[in-house]
Amino acid sequence: MNIITRGFRGRRGDDDVTLPPGQYLERGFPVLSAGPTPQVAPGAWSFTITTEGGEKHHWSWMELQALPREDITVDIHCVTKWSKLGTRWTGVSLDVLLSFIDTGASYAMAHSYGGYTTNLPLADLRDGQAWVAYGYDGQPLRPEHGGPARLLVPHLYFWKSAKWVTGLELMTTDRQGFWERAGYHDYGDPWREQRYAGD
Amino acid sequence: MVLARRTETATAVTLLLHVEGQPAATAGQRVEIRLTAEDGYTADREYSLARAGEPDRAEITVQAIDGGEVSPFLVDELEIGSELQVRGPIGGWFVWRPDQTEPVLLVAGGSGIVPLMAMVRARREAGSKAPFRLVYSVRSREEMFYRSELRMPDPGVDVTEVYTREAPEGSRRPAGRLTVADVNTGGWPPDFAPTAYICGPTGFVESAADMLLALGHDARRIRTERFGPTS
Repeated sequence: MNIITRGFRGRRGDDDVTLPPGQYLERGFPVLSAGPTPQVAPGAWSFTITTEGGEKHHWSWMELQALPREDITVDIHCVTKWSKLGTRWTGVSLDVLLSFIDTGASYAMAHSYGGYTTNLPLADLRDGQAWVAYGYDGQPLRPEHGGPARLLVPHLYFWKSAKWVTGLELMTTDRQGFWERAGYHDYGDPWREQRYAGD
Repeated sequence: MVLARRTETATAVTLLLHVEGQPAATAGQRVEIRLTAEDGYTADREYSLARAGEPDRAEITVQAIDGGEVSPFLVDELEIGSELQVRGPIGGWFVWRPDQTEPVLLVAGGSGIVPLMAMVRARREAGSKAPFRLVYSVRSREEMFYRSELRMPDPGVDVTEVYTREAPEGSRRPAGRLTVADVNTGGWPPDFAPTAYICGPTGFVESAADMLLALGHDARRIRTERFGPTS
């Protein structure tokens, strides 16, 4: 039950869009990260998937660019309450990258330049739900938004879309990443408002 | 419930809220505010706490953003005695705990001072001897939050004010954006291995963090909190 705040009317006009509970519509593109923005030159960038058995598969920047690209238009939802609709990205589907991998793992830990990590069920990275994105709005992805490349998993809160991504570690049992250890939810479904552990 | 309002600047106010059952916060944490209109419409926003450590209390400083939905209401219209919903405290990374003894560098851009002020106050409350330096970038003296408190800082807390639009008369430094020299002079040498906390608008935090890296600070010791949109 919400308590009414005397005199508050709020701004209407966004009523025609349906947002996940507790979210508001943002037209800018806020930046959220825990530390300085890593500066990673595309030439120095690489992406590695490590299986639960320790087998590694690498892609250089050029190798990633050579894989089939997709243009993706999706809504994104940040745990700090803003949602941005119809964002346009370019990247490689995780289905393509995972097709090279033989694994029975159930979870993945995304690793980023700068040491950031976040955990996700592997199933959430398959079936057209996740990408390694390197373009935003027709331009190369800017460093403060995770460039040269970030994970894009738009059906989960946006901290799961690890910026400056450099690899996935496949795991048979779940472990917590950076924000998850700091009290955020392990799964992070915006439509179920899973912001914090216990939600 | 709103217990008190204190004017910080022409466009910012500190609100002291009674929040039954809220645990004591750690300095640097935030709360979520929910406003509900009579027809059930709600708007939620997060605000940094300006003071930590006291249960059942939330103290936030809100800067009114032009055209904003929530902040101008909080600053201009919300009355003492009004009810609103508060959830928190939130956040376990951008925090300073009194058991930290290393030097601390705080870099604030505009209303980014709020969680850093909570750290300065927590240091005082705990009787901590951790050496603090604060570099506070603000448009003009009129826009400074917590002015009287920061003009007479606690022993062991050095405050450097950086004015970006209008420098007070007699200032040696002309008004202008934060530079690497400001951070170098007002901060700690990297050898001291300070923990740095930077809070402000995105562009400010990006450039301040880059300056610390350029000066040789360890990226792992730099914690950031950004707010506001960017394009």
